[in-house]
Amino acid sequence: MEAAAAAAAGGGCGSGPPPLLLSEGEQQCYSELFARCAGAAGGGPGPGPPEAARVAPGTVTAAAGPVADLFRASQLPAETLHQITELCGAKRVGYFGPTQFYIALKLIAAAQSGLPVRIESIKCELPLPRFMMSKNDGEIRFGNPAELHGTKVQIPYLTTEKNSFKRMDDEDKQETQSPTMSPLASPPSSPPHYQRVPLSHGYSKLRSSAEQMHPAPYEARQPLVQPEGSSSGGPGTKPLRHQTSLIRSFSVERELQDNSSYLDEPWRITEEQREYYVNQFRSLQPDPSSFISGSVAKNFFTKSKLSIPELSYIWELSDADCDGALTLSEFCAAFHLIVARKNGYPLPEGLPPTLQPEYLQAAFPKPKWDCQLFDSYSESLPANQQPRDLNRMETSVKDTADLPVSTQDVTGDDKQALKSTVNEALPKDVSEDPATKSGLLPPPPALPPRPCPSQIWAIMNSVAVNICIQVVEWSEQVSEAELLPQLSRAPSQAAESSPSKKDVLYSQPPSKPIRRKFRPENQATENQEPSTVASGPASAATVKPHPTVQKQSSKQKKAIQTAIRKNKEANAVLARLNSELQQQLKEVHQERIALENQLEQLRPVTVL
Amino acid sequence: MAVCVAVIAKENYPLYIRSTPTENELKFHYMVHTSLDVVDEKISAMGKALVDQRELYLGLLYPTEDYKVYGYVTNSKVKFVMVVDSSNTALRDNEIRSMFRKLHNSYTDVMCNPFYNPGDRIQSRFVCLGRAFDNMVTSMMIPVC
Repeated sequence: MEAAAAAAAGGGCGSGPPPLLLSEGEQQCYSELFARCAGAAGGGPGPGPPEAARVAPGTVTAAAGPVADLFRASQLPAETLHQITELCGAKRVGYFGPTQFYIALKLIAAAQSGLPVRIESIKCELPLPRFMMSKNDGEIRFGNPAELHGTKVQIPYLTTEKNSFKRMDDEDKQETQSPTMSPLASPPSSPPHYQRVPLSHGYSKLRSSAEQMHPAPYEARQPLVQPEGSSSGGPGTKPLRHQTSLIRSFSVERELQDNSSYLDEPWRITEEQREYYVNQFRSLQPDPSSFISGSVAKNFFTKSKLSIPELSYIWELSDADCDGALTLSEFCAAFHLIVARKNGYPLPEGLPPTLQPEYLQAAFPKPKWDCQLFDSYSESLPANQQPRDLNRMETSVKDTADLPVSTQDVTGDDKQALKSTVNEALPKDVSEDPATKSGLLPPPPALPPRPCPSQIWAIMNSVAVNICIQVVEWSEQVSEAELLPQLSRAPSQAAESSPSKKDVLYSQPPSKPIRRKFRPENQATENQEPSTVASGPASAATVKPHPTVQKQSSKQKKAIQTAIRKNKEANAVLARLNSELQQQLKEVHQERIALENQLEQLRPVTVL
Repeated sequence: MAVCVAVIAKENYPLYIRSTPTENELKFHYMVHTSLDVVDEKISAMGKALVDQRELYLGLLYPTEDYKVYGYVTNSKVKFVMVVDSSNTALRDNEIRSMFRKLHNSYTDVMCNPFYNPGDRIQSRFVCLGRAFDNMVTSMMIPVC
């Protein structure tokens, strides 16, 4: 079967118009591998099903976890694997569909034969890719001699790589021995290796299994993993406790996640860690898809009490695109490196593959609840802003900030951490709205008097008319003289009932409306009593019984009218606020454009 | 290729100097120092014209018997000075330009790191800042025999 497959591979594919020509043997082998990875995804936890579900309901995809393990088992260096992942298109689309998977396998075969990792390489005939799998897995089609040959070839590669990384090793001899042992021991113990597929999740089970069985050249980059793994029992718990205490001291407030999985592979982010990092990210920057600026991140990471050179090195490692800002995956990588450093792991020479942004994005697609949360947050926030502004006189700034806190509390696993981080973020929130804050305070005294007096006159007109009608109802004899003081009293009462902040207006209405209302009063009274206009103030005796009656009935109306007035004032205030904010927004836009121009000048365009 | 690479700040103090270890380093430091005068001269000559149009690459600053010194200025008055071997006649202007461009890019990357304070030395000892910058410079200063 081997010969047949090899012959088929030799005679089969050539460069042709279709993008990928697979021989029969290759096709069989690839489809089996794909089924395995997809099957593992189906049975496995976490990243597989939601990723597949998110991507396309119909297509079968292989989860990144088993695929990554498979690639690693091919014994290629990590950079090559990354190149392959990029080339096959999985990075672009974000998942491993059948096409991408097959192309990747072809590229692996090409790389293992020594060809450069290019699309052109896969067009020529290639042997099947070799993976360090057990016989049971059915990779047996590669044949025993091929496999052993492959492993023997790999051993000198391993030792040379170990030597190059030696200076990073604090723990010494165990490592040099165990990786060289591991490929020889690979066939019998690889089932447990392959069972490590659900890597991020079933860690407690795995720790008890054979720890020495790691894909060795990959592990060469993580010097402390082997000794950590081999001494899984007592020392394993100690670093756990030490680590948790360090982590506790690191952040303000947090719930202890399960960090036991940490020990096996320090550069792999578990689900709980990922959630924690995402929460922290959101505390700094509510939009999960945008950036954290350098200064914000600097302040945040400085709290970890690592030295500045180390922090700058971590930044260099994690900011892959060197733009001075961190995306979510870059942030998670940086955070993870910081946590690792605090726990005593030396920092790697280069960014480990599991911390690369594209790997993180593929392995941990933004969970849906994050997006939903953000949507709900953004929806509720403008809704909350309106009542906030309307109630500004009663509520303090803290109350307004309670509204976003309450929306966030709905989601969190990490409620306390969220609250604390939101409390941290509160000053930022408030500082981000200096416009509203400053806008909230001045308007009350700065209300323009013009619109209101006309309203007040209109109101007072109606008030006065009502009062007059009532007065007519209550008493048979109404004289002009009586009406006049009542008129003067009505506006004064209405003016008094208006809020105190209208002191400016208070002086104006009483004088004018008297004259104005005299005319409608005339009309009203003329309809009722054709008496001539009389001048002179009324006697006090006639005035007294009336005010009490007026007060009872008019108070209700005044209450309604004052409420109407307040709403109209609020309207005006909001309109002004809106225009002020728009102006500030424009200014900020302009600043941003200016800064971007400066940046472009400072960073010349490269044409290499 | 390059025998010595130096990055000098706006205030004319060195941020980074690296020369191939075989030679007497002091000589290169002195050469870089003297080249600063030439750089300033070139800047001021062009500076009367619009600053925007000023070319970043300054070209050959001055030749000596054994070496040639090239200069490059950024918009923020940070100067890059490169000393190359005169015997290396294969080096063309374009190559020098591209080397300076690479230098500038790595320098910008260093700047982007929020933990780097402008005006600090670009250190690459220990596990700290400037590792990538240093690697890039090393690649330019390929072994001189």
